[in-house]
Amino acid sequence: MVRVLIPSGALGLGYDHDALERGIANKPDLIAIDGGSTDSGPSYLGRGVSKYARSSTKLEWAGLMDAARRARCPLVIGTAGTCGAGRAVDWLVEITQEILAERGETAKIAVLKSDQPANRVVDALGANRITPLTPAPDIDAPMLESCTNIVALAGVEQITCALDTGADIVIAGRTTDTAIIAALPIAKGIDPGPAWHAAKIGECGALCATNPQSGVIQIDWEGAAFTLTPLADDARATPHTVSAHMLYENADPYLLHEPGGTLDVTEARYDALDDTRVRVTGSVWRKATGYNVKLEGARVAGYQTVVLAVVRDPHYVTNAATWAKDIIAKCTDKALQRTSATADDFTIEIRLIGQNSVLGDLETRVADPVEIGALGLVTAKTPELANEIGKLLNPYLLHHPLTREEEVPTFAFPFSPAEIDRGPVYEFCLNHVMWLDDPMDAFTLEVLDA
Amino acid sequence: MPEVRDLAEKVRSKNAGPFWVTVDIFCGSAEAFERIKNGLTTKAVAERFDTPEQLLKRFDIQSLNVVKISVPRPSVQGTISDRDMHGAGWAALVAEMQIA
Repeated sequence: MVRVLIPSGALGLGYDHDALERGIANKPDLIAIDGGSTDSGPSYLGRGVSKYARSSTKLEWAGLMDAARRARCPLVIGTAGTCGAGRAVDWLVEITQEILAERGETAKIAVLKSDQPANRVVDALGANRITPLTPAPDIDAPMLESCTNIVALAGVEQITCALDTGADIVIAGRTTDTAIIAALPIAKGIDPGPAWHAAKIGECGALCATNPQSGVIQIDWEGAAFTLTPLADDARATPHTVSAHMLYENADPYLLHEPGGTLDVTEARYDALDDTRVRVTGSVWRKATGYNVKLEGARVAGYQTVVLAVVRDPHYVTNAATWAKDIIAKCTDKALQRTSATADDFTIEIRLIGQNSVLGDLETRVADPVEIGALGLVTAKTPELANEIGKLLNPYLLHHPLTREEEVPTFAFPFSPAEIDRGPVYEFCLNHVMWLDDPMDAFTLEVLDA
Repeated sequence: MPEVRDLAEKVRSKNAGPFWVTVDIFCGSAEAFERIKNGLTTKAVAERFDTPEQLLKRFDIQSLNVVKISVPRPSVQGTISDRDMHGAGWAALVAEMQIA
């Protein structure tokens, strides 16, 4: 039997301490936790930083280091620091060393990095070793070189290499959410079907059970089956909660593409063992011909300055769309007249919060709200230009009348200064896979004795 | 005519990676599942998202009473035109569709 303990869906989200204690007492072979995903947007990958507070990360990571030491098993984290870029991995390594130093302890740390130098991807593109997924942006060498970070998603092969060093702690850059959980059972001879399936069900912690916030779950593999057990007092897994988790953040609920193959759960069976545990059988792994890893990349899309005004006057609330359109036209003209910018150098947008700011042109509901937030967004080629045009936008959002005849209105500005510089904004620019001869070709592994 | 939200227990949407959004309609009963499955056409959903129908993926999952529809994101997550980083708001577009 192989047993993996998963404290929560991500480091930084917290976990139930009593449930973790139960998990430690059950003697797991590994404690695995995910450090992030793309879900919070391209800025984290673009900058190579974590979305979670250092204080939360340190506190929770220290708790897990202690748990692994007491359970006498390795601790592995994938996609360290939200994005899994080298800088974010180094950040967590530094936190780890700080915790060890404070405790007067030592540990063997394996650091797996997933960073891809642009020239490696450019060469792969030239050698027809990059395949686009759907939908994929067009890529070429200049675009790849403009990325501030490119990472490849490691699979079980790279995590296994890291575990094979005998490390107490594995800190991995970008991996698939599932690889950190599936690697150990596969290395110990469990069929990859149930290994990957359990990993997909378990990667968000107790999100596959009732009381999803409790976090802690345990997965046991034996033969061709796996059993999922949530460990918090009031958490229960049922065939419904477990099978429904295959829907979560998955475009396809039956097929999951991973490095080296595809998990197929079309024929999977979910059986309740009792009130809290579910046993799953029938998961199939379809090994692919060749081996590829998915790439993620982010680059600067521009620099942004935002201005927020709130419109309360019912006349302006009703006519907000006309008012905003007029402001954009007039402010764009003024920016072209008064700065050296050309039309390609900037965009001005006003999103009407309370009207259609989430869905834009796809919104179908129409209603007069009490008030409307007018969120002015200036995106420009340089931060200076964005700020300058933000300042040109300011008087319009404060005073622009619907018609020349009416008295000059004044709207509510919640802040001074009204313009807020957001700095660089990033965009994801890769939805591709890269073919490798050997899984470790695009990854580096280093062992630190700290 | 009732809307999807009147018949279903819950409608949620989330990113499925930066390039896709997936909408899960938890119908709550076999009866509601049949009604929504038959009354909500993929074509109508595609029109709501202003996306070609052939790009949508649809799964009618009887064992869960779930209709799941995945759509290429109307704007890629985090681009300047994106308005919803986690893709949670698109659920409303489907929840408010009428069921024949």
